[in-house]
Amino acid sequence: MSHEATHDGHDDHGPAKGLMRWVTTTNHKDIGTLYLLFALVMFFIGGAMAMVIRAELFQPGLQVVDPQFFNSMTTVHALVMIFGAVMPAFTGLANWLIPMQIGAPDMALPRMNNFSFWILPFAFSLLLSTFFMEGGGPAGGWTIYPPLSLQMGDGFPFMIFAIHLAGISSIMGSINVVVTILNMRAPGMTLMKMPLFVWTWLITAYLLIATMPVLAGAVTMLLTDKFAATSFFSAAGGGDPVMYQHIFWFFGHPEVYILILPAFGIVSAIVPTFARKPLFGYSSMVYATASIAFLSFIVWAHHMFTVGMPVVGELFFMYATMMIAVPTGVKVFNWVSTMWKGSMTFETPMLFAIGFIMMFTLGGFSGLMLAIAPADFQYHDTYFVVAHFHYVLVTGAIYSIMAAAYYWLPKWTGNMYDETLGKWHFWISTISVNVLFFPQHFLGLAGMPRRIPDYAVQFADWNMISSIGGFVFGLSQLMFVVVIYKAIKGGKKATDQVWEGATGLEFEQLSSPPPYHSFNEAPVIK
Amino acid sequence: MRAFKNWLVAVVGATGLSAGSAFADYALNMREGVTATSQANYEIHMIIFWVCVAIGIVVFGAMIYSMIAHRKSKGAVAAQFHESTLMEIVWTVIPIVILISMAIPATKTLLAMEDTSNADMTIKVTGVQWKWKYDYVDGAAEGVSIISSLHPDHNEARLLKTGQTTESLRAQFGDQYLLDVDNPLVIPTGQKIRFLLTAADVIHAWWVPDLGWKKDAIPGFVNEAWTKVDKPGVYRGQCAELCGKDHGFMPIVVVAKDPADYAKWVESQKGAAADAAAAADRVWMKDELIAKGEKVYNTNCAACHQANGAGLPGAFPAIAGSAIANGAAAAHVDTVMNGRAGTAMAAYKSILNDVDMAAVLTFQRNSWGNSGSVIQPADIKAVR
Amino acid sequence: MSHSADSYYVPHGSHWPIVASVALTTSVVGAAMWFNGTGSGPMVMLLGLAMTFFMMYGWFGTTVRESLKGMYNEQVDRSFRQGMMWFIFSEVMFFAAFFGALFYARVLSVPWLLGEDVSTHLTLWSGFTETWPTNGPNNVGGEFQTMGAWGIPAINTLLLLTSGVTLTISHWALKAGDKSKTVLWLAATVALGAIFLGFQAYEYIHAYGDLNLTLGSGIYGSTFFMLTGFHGFHVTIGTVMLFVIMLRANKAHFTHENHFAFEAVAWYWHFVDVVWLGLFIFVYVL
Ligand code: HEA
Ligand code: HEA
Ligand code: HEC
Ligand code: CUA
Ligand SMILES: [Cu+2]
Repeated sequence: MSHEATHDGHDDHGPAKGLMRWVTTTNHKDIGTLYLLFALVMFFIGGAMAMVIRAELFQPGLQVVDPQFFNSMTTVHALVMIFGAVMPAFTGLANWLIPMQIGAPDMALPRMNNFSFWILPFAFSLLLSTFFMEGGGPAGGWTIYPPLSLQMGDGFPFMIFAIHLAGISSIMGSINVVVTILNMRAPGMTLMKMPLFVWTWLITAYLLIATMPVLAGAVTMLLTDKFAATSFFSAAGGGDPVMYQHIFWFFGHPEVYILILPAFGIVSAIVPTFARKPLFGYSSMVYATASIAFLSFIVWAHHMFTVGMPVVGELFFMYATMMIAVPTGVKVFNWVSTMWKGSMTFETPMLFAIGFIMMFTLGGFSGLMLAIAPADFQYHDTYFVVAHFHYVLVTGAIYSIMAAAYYWLPKWTGNMYDETLGKWHFWISTISVNVLFFPQHFLGLAGMPRRIPDYAVQFADWNMISSIGGFVFGLSQLMFVVVIYKAIKGGKKATDQVWEGATGLEFEQLSSPPPYHSFNEAPVIK
Repeated sequence: MRAFKNWLVAVVGATGLSAGSAFADYALNMREGVTATSQANYEIHMIIFWVCVAIGIVVFGAMIYSMIAHRKSKGAVAAQFHESTLMEIVWTVIPIVILISMAIPATKTLLAMEDTSNADMTIKVTGVQWKWKYDYVDGAAEGVSIISSLHPDHNEARLLKTGQTTESLRAQFGDQYLLDVDNPLVIPTGQKIRFLLTAADVIHAWWVPDLGWKKDAIPGFVNEAWTKVDKPGVYRGQCAELCGKDHGFMPIVVVAKDPADYAKWVESQKGAAADAAAAADRVWMKDELIAKGEKVYNTNCAACHQANGAGLPGAFPAIAGSAIANGAAAAHVDTVMNGRAGTAMAAYKSILNDVDMAAVLTFQRNSWGNSGSVIQPADIKAVR
Repeated sequence: MSHSADSYYVPHGSHWPIVASVALTTSVVGAAMWFNGTGSGPMVMLLGLAMTFFMMYGWFGTTVRESLKGMYNEQVDRSFRQGMMWFIFSEVMFFAAFFGALFYARVLSVPWLLGEDVSTHLTLWSGFTETWPTNGPNNVGGEFQTMGAWGIPAINTLLLLTSGVTLTISHWALKAGDKSKTVLWLAATVALGAIFLGFQAYEYIHAYGDLNLTLGSGIYGSTFFMLTGFHGFHVTIGTVMLFVIMLRANKAHFTHENHFAFEAVAWYWHFVDVVWLGLFIFVYVL
């Protein structure tokens, strides 16, 4: 008789023992932990590649790697960071938090949840294995534009299938999130009472389910163009290389909001806690998130202003893109108003959240500049773009993940993290990350294209500064690992509420750490 | 230590002082450029930049004020307000107004940029891994064709582990490292020039910052753009779309000459073209072909197949000792003329003329121990 | 059976997901090796697929057993339903990518090549005049003919539409608790699906053998075969699922109010049906 069939429903026993616990687990907290650890490992792998990039760009001339390998560093750095670090980290947070925040016993489809996670290590092993094949790793940029991407060697089908697998993982993960939120809320937890993290994830998951299959379609066409004689992206057969870009960015633009909406949710949880004041404009936050998600489907071609679209198309996409500043502005203004007249303290999560608001806004500003089509004819494919997206991704998405880790670590482990080390981590990171990415604005404006391993000497100084910032930023992330390790091992016990101003079911109704199975009895929602 | 000094200077520069002339070395801003387009773009860029700065001051100012004034350690007591429809409307409407006022000049500039009508002359630009080909489609220089690739000296200096440093490169090339070509594009000043951009293999993008735009060169499609330069000078740029291994080594140099100089240049080109045409009609000596072929090979083929003909295993096949270069001529000619669809091997039919084609083929067939036949320009003409 | 029906059933540990991950990875590694021309590729892929089937049998078997034991309350049932809905939505978006490619080519890129984009046409493809259907200016794949809409495709449309009706009749029968009628009409649906597939296979043979219409026939062949091919693949899966459901109905696995699996398959089948209508209109008729 199998275990599943005989198990009784009272769910009072703890986790199984040993390694198999992690391999076979269906518990949302275990799976959340797996996701988060996986994301951390991937962050370091992607970061190590970024260090290779910065080392090569430290000064002009080729010193470290040859150009082909440099291109594959750029490409795989981005793929690993986006699909391996940020997305799994958000999914891990969703796993840990959503059931606790809506008063559910677990995720809605626990076995599928395990499946979603365990595909990922396989997908990324496939991706990284291409480095050892003839022709090397993918080197056509993370956007894998044809015809260039079709020139890849033996690794090509492995890369494509790795993307398929990662996509399957995110689709299943997202279905789980949506179903959990729509079907598993405790009685009384109406939609408009849900914490914003839950709301933002609901909308993110919708974006994921709508766009990942499109990416899958796009890379499938690449695969058949290479191996099955199709002509989707070749003019000689009546296709068009630019068609790939449209399909890719139809996925790709919503994807960048996938990478930021959960971050908005996290910040909307942290700021009120440390301002000791309720979130300003809860409902407008919800509507703004929904508007951003809607707009994200009709702006994709702002990545393609220079491909030679008809001019009406350029105008349409410019206007639509500029519109996104409005709902995003609403969010920023609401956060500022939440802080206004609060009673603020500045523990590490709050520092990261404030860092997020400021530097994400900076990245948003440069995004808005990029949205101005004629000016983008100068900015496009320069380091100005690289600066833009690292501000929204590193000091945006990554900062929010760090804020979340500091904020909920005491809840997860039951132990307070080392506040002093946390503050050092924040300050060194924040200074170095600006030394790293701010000069890239100058480089881009001065004319340095992106994705090049070597450059003219007039770009030398800012590149050297940027590289030094990069090395410091990279090393300072080791502090983060130490903080996490120490908090897991022990430390001052956290109270159930953890933070003086914290609200929400996980802080009000669960112990720190919470029991292995949280809400077998649905909680009472006030 | 110069590096460290640079670093210090720059950090000071970045964190406080304005971008004054004291930091001329540290290019900070977009170039104004030399065309109406680039200047319009520069203006739009500055307006939107200052708009962002202003909004930033308001938003960050409010945040910082509140972080200082409303902290618990100063005894602040939290208010409990959490809604204001009025405020929500205000901060929805104001950004919309700002955005509309930005969209108007942007639309005007964009429409002007995309208007390629009434051009005085047309140049076709073809991106090829990793060089540019320019064909003068009409005008005085009609029929002139230029292949423009990274200057050989730079090409040598940029190889891996040649021990170059910022200083050595600056000493050798000044500001032009990687921004110099063997044959530049020459254009007349004061004329509206229409560009037709396309590519032979993968997507490239043609970008000269001083002209104010970049545009993708897409295989199988033609994009249009235009420029009108009034000031004679040399304007440099680079390929701006990832196009493979040597994407970083695909510079663009535009030399704008005043009409009189331009006419002289056209004359010299016409003379060269006539010589080339004559050359294509005569029978060449084997050694002659090999000598010429080596040059063609090094600028056009060596990036992939390597100077020693050994290729790069897994990516680019060896020519040395290959069956094709030692076998029948027809297959060899066909491969290079028409390329191999779906691989990095582009069709060189429209890139190399008869002499260059014959020369490079003969060179490949008779170098690195290969012992193939000689191919004459006339043979190429016959299969075109 | 001690599971109380009022609480949400959360399974404890399952080894099927890891088996599934290994199986999927083995399949795609095999496929990738095959594409690269590695001899053992197809074998590895078959091994992976075999593991996948084993996994599906085991995983679904477990849930079926649990369902029969009554461990799933109404809320669990709802999770399954919603999960299936969203899965189908993701499939819709997958097809949308290929329909998007078709529309983009027909509405934009082919007309550009044909002369609407004057400089492209004049400079590169001035000899190109053939409109849709086309295999492009290079006549990629050689001359070909297209599949008429009013022959087999029209019959196939009727077959699929009818199968939607038979499936619904079966569903009514299930709700009315009439087991034999349920099974009978399910069998009819399976048969219609199988006939559809037979016709499609015949059509493909005809296309390759007589019309020289292949996957390599330029953009027309690409969109034609990718759209109809992925659709046919989905019909195959749907037919297999219908068949399984038929066996289960025969074993009286479903009650008139608890038959999620039946409904999920029915939704899936209707989705496949609707996609076909899109195909019929945009690929064959227009
Ligand atoms: C988390 C990821 C993320 C986010 C959130 C954004 C947000 C935005 N992005 Fe960005 N973007 C990327 C990730 C992201 N981007 C990536 C990865 C690329 C490069 C991909 C590649 O090519 O590899 C890219 C590239 C990119 C381009 C293409 C550039 C090019 O290649 O030439 C453009 C062009 O329009 C753009 C625009 C924007 C805009 C308008 C926003 C807006 O959402 C920003 C809105 C926010 C604000 C404006 C700030 C707050 C608002 C206020 C305080 C209100 C008042 C403000 C005003 C009225 C000005 N982005
Ligand atoms: C979420 C996404 C994400 C994140 C987090 C990052 C993080 C970083 N990125 Fe990345 N990046 C992208 C997404 C991201 N990037 C994308 C989408 C592109 C475009 C790709 C393309 O063009 O196709 C890109 C491209 C890109 C470029 C341009 C390359 C080019 O155009 O050629 C550069 C160059 O500086 C860069 C640098 C960095 C650095 C220094 C970090 C740092 O923040 C990383 C810091 C982390 C670590 C360093 C790891 C932790 C520490 C250790 C491993 C300890 C050891 C440390 C040392 C040895 C010092 N990135
Ligand atoms: C951008 C890279 C690149 C450049 C530049 C390039 N080639 Fe190639 N070449 C390739 C690749 C890749 C192949 C292999 C094509 C295949 O797989 O069939 C190839 C194949 C060949 C072959 C056939 C080799 C064989 O054994 O089958 C010949 C001959 C050849 N190239 C000649 C040339 C000549 C002559 C030039 C310059 C005028 C040139 N190539 C420039 C990438 C390049
Ligand atoms: Cu050509 Cu980049
Ligand atoms: Cu975008």
